[in-house]
Amino acid sequence: MSLLTVKGVSKHYNERIVALSDVSFAIEPGEFVVIIGSSGAGKSTLLRCINRIVEVTSGVVTFDGLDVGSLDKRELRKMRTKVGMIFQHYNLVNRLCVLENVLHGRLGYKSTWAGALGIYSEEEKAQALRVLRLVGLEEQVYQRCDQLSGGQKQRVGIARALLQDPKLLLCDEPISSLDPNASKVIMDYLKKINTELGITCLVNLHQVHIALAYAERIIGVKRGRVVYDGLTEHLTAETIHDIYGSEAGDLLLGSGGNHVG
Amino acid sequence: MQREQSLAPLWQPKVRPRLGQHRALNKPLDKGTLFMRLTMAIFLALTVLAFASFDYQGLNIYNAFLGTIANFRVLMLSPQLTHFSLVEAAEGMLITLSLALLTTVIGAILALFFGLLAAQNLSSPLISGLIKGGVAFIRAVPTILWVLIFAIAAGLGSVAAVTGMAFHSVGYLVKAYAEAFEEVDSGVIEALRATGASWWQIVCQAVLPTAQSYLLSWTFVRFEINFVGALAMGAAAGAGGLGFDLFLASAHYFDLREVGFITYLVLAVALVLETITTQIKVRLRVQT
Amino acid sequence: MSADYLIKKRSNTLKVLLGLGFLSLAAAFITQYDPVTGLISGLDAMRWVAANFYPNEQSLTRLPSIMNRLRETVLMSIAATTVAAFSATFFALLGAQTTKVNDALRLMSRSTAAFLRNIPAVAWAMILLFTFGQSSLTGFLALFFSTFGFLSRVFMETFDETTASSIEALTATGASYMQIIFQAVLPASLPQMISWMLYMVETNIRDATLLGILTGTGIGFSFALFYKSMNYHAASLVVIVIVVTILVIEYISNHIRRVIL
Repeated sequence: MSLLTVKGVSKHYNERIVALSDVSFAIEPGEFVVIIGSSGAGKSTLLRCINRIVEVTSGVVTFDGLDVGSLDKRELRKMRTKVGMIFQHYNLVNRLCVLENVLHGRLGYKSTWAGALGIYSEEEKAQALRVLRLVGLEEQVYQRCDQLSGGQKQRVGIARALLQDPKLLLCDEPISSLDPNASKVIMDYLKKINTELGITCLVNLHQVHIALAYAERIIGVKRGRVVYDGLTEHLTAETIHDIYGSEAGDLLLGSGGNHVG
Repeated sequence: MQREQSLAPLWQPKVRPRLGQHRALNKPLDKGTLFMRLTMAIFLALTVLAFASFDYQGLNIYNAFLGTIANFRVLMLSPQLTHFSLVEAAEGMLITLSLALLTTVIGAILALFFGLLAAQNLSSPLISGLIKGGVAFIRAVPTILWVLIFAIAAGLGSVAAVTGMAFHSVGYLVKAYAEAFEEVDSGVIEALRATGASWWQIVCQAVLPTAQSYLLSWTFVRFEINFVGALAMGAAAGAGGLGFDLFLASAHYFDLREVGFITYLVLAVALVLETITTQIKVRLRVQT
Repeated sequence: MSADYLIKKRSNTLKVLLGLGFLSLAAAFITQYDPVTGLISGLDAMRWVAANFYPNEQSLTRLPSIMNRLRETVLMSIAATTVAAFSATFFALLGAQTTKVNDALRLMSRSTAAFLRNIPAVAWAMILLFTFGQSSLTGFLALFFSTFGFLSRVFMETFDETTASSIEALTATGASYMQIIFQAVLPASLPQMISWMLYMVETNIRDATLLGILTGTGIGFSFALFYKSMNYHAASLVVIVIVVTILVIEYISNHIRRVIL
């Protein structure tokens, strides 16, 4: 059974702005899938429809056998704990320390007040430290997040998502604010999480060459529609040209590693 | 409610973490957090002390609250003018608004000049420091005291009110303007200086155009403050205008309905002014 | 074309300045304010202040009673700020776009705050005098209402500015409303909120002086007493005491701000 199926999903912000129209695909457990497309193609909206941070206008999202659209508030929270999310701008609470931000990944599992007051069990703290070691941040545990570099902040974001013990990781432009070196580090971590921990990853990228380097399967989105869905090796130059518009396609394919961020 | 789950092992750690070391969220208390907690504790302690030491004058607080609610109902539901005509009230409002406008204009003109001299990137450290210290002093004295002090020499009236309030406006606006000038990119000033531009040229061609939305926005904020100030001066220093009418209605005629009417009038104008200020901020996209 | 643009821009500026000048003249006429007299009497007043408005030895004997009154005013200002900040936090959470519970409550809290802050403290004092008489509570409540209205507005702005992204991240982990408020919104906004509270204490001490003149309490009462009995040496001592107090509080506030922001 597929871990995630998206069937006929459309999202209209209003009559004129159509972010997604009739998007369908399925993700199997353990896959590493990259969604590519230019800015404004609807990639971010698509990810947010999966964990219902954005409500779909029509269509059905099924995650792990659950119809996401029909869940009530409590069921939705429970479902979200199983879907980790990583953001372009990291979305950390900058004034808090690294450990506190990572522990936020446990909130969905806790009673409202235990979570509100920030009471975490020994087991959870130990796990948080383990996750931080996994992303190489054991030195920065008590540092405030506004003192970290971009790459470090994103690793905190990854650690927070991992602490949720997710089945699926949604990554929304995880490297768009990072320099090439940090980008590689983050993409390598994501790949490692996928292969070693077996967590399914769905990653939004606008950098084609990075998608080509990391993805097993690519979904191409253009103006809210899926225009390509298949293995990375089957993606042709023409399709890329189609997704990005022809001139941009040349630049993207020709420039290789220089075009991160 | 409790859905605590045992955590599945993420991977097999080579070394078991030493749990004892991390019993609580024992992050070292940084200075910022410490200061925030201290500040809040002091606020709370002083508040308790305040309530303990208030001069209640044997007041029955419960009755006073009930009375206030009853009064408020009269005030809000049946506002009516009795001692003043509508024309007189409108005239009072016009005087109050005029006082506020005059004060703001005089304050802004003076503040523009002193603000330029107070901005660190446009002035010498000595002059900047002197002016900033001077306006800090002027700001520290409540407006009403400036007005009353000027009234000793000039007599109660519009001259004392405008001079006193303008004084405080200058203090406020010089600080705001100087900060706006200091925000101007030093590279721009450097570029103009490199072209051989003089100080006034740099001010008029780079500094003022860059800072103008901030200046405008702060000036309108000050106009709002001065409107409330002009009202207060009328009530407390007899400077005339609607504030004085309010004082008479309340403290001399004990007429709740009249107080209600004047309150509504003030509220309406204040809401309009606030809307304009907000709109200006939105249009100019500045944060004050 | 560009020359036209420059001329038009200049003439627009000129029109605005002329309009403002005309309005000012009208205002001067309405209030019978003569700028020349204003300037001369301003200078006269300063000369008078220099000659007469300073404390002498005899006025120093009043210092203990002045300090007593000052304490009342400072405590009243702080108490009004603290109580107002607590209430404003609740209202601002309901009223901010990012943390609202629903639109009806949002509208209610916004309009209440707008209503309260746009009735000036003087008007509140005039209303409260009827029932609370010349007790400290009149001044306290008048300050409370206007502070509450003001802090509600700036707290709303703070919540909206500082927290939108971390709210999204915590929502995605499955955290509940209360958890998000206590774990992300409040920790991120607290420094800004404290900064506003410090600002309000300063403002309130000045306003409390004015209210004291009207309600016969605190340092305002001391000043009015000496002023009316033409004991200007003692009155000047009151001014100095207020100035020192405000400057000290400003200094402490700035120091706290530097550390926490």
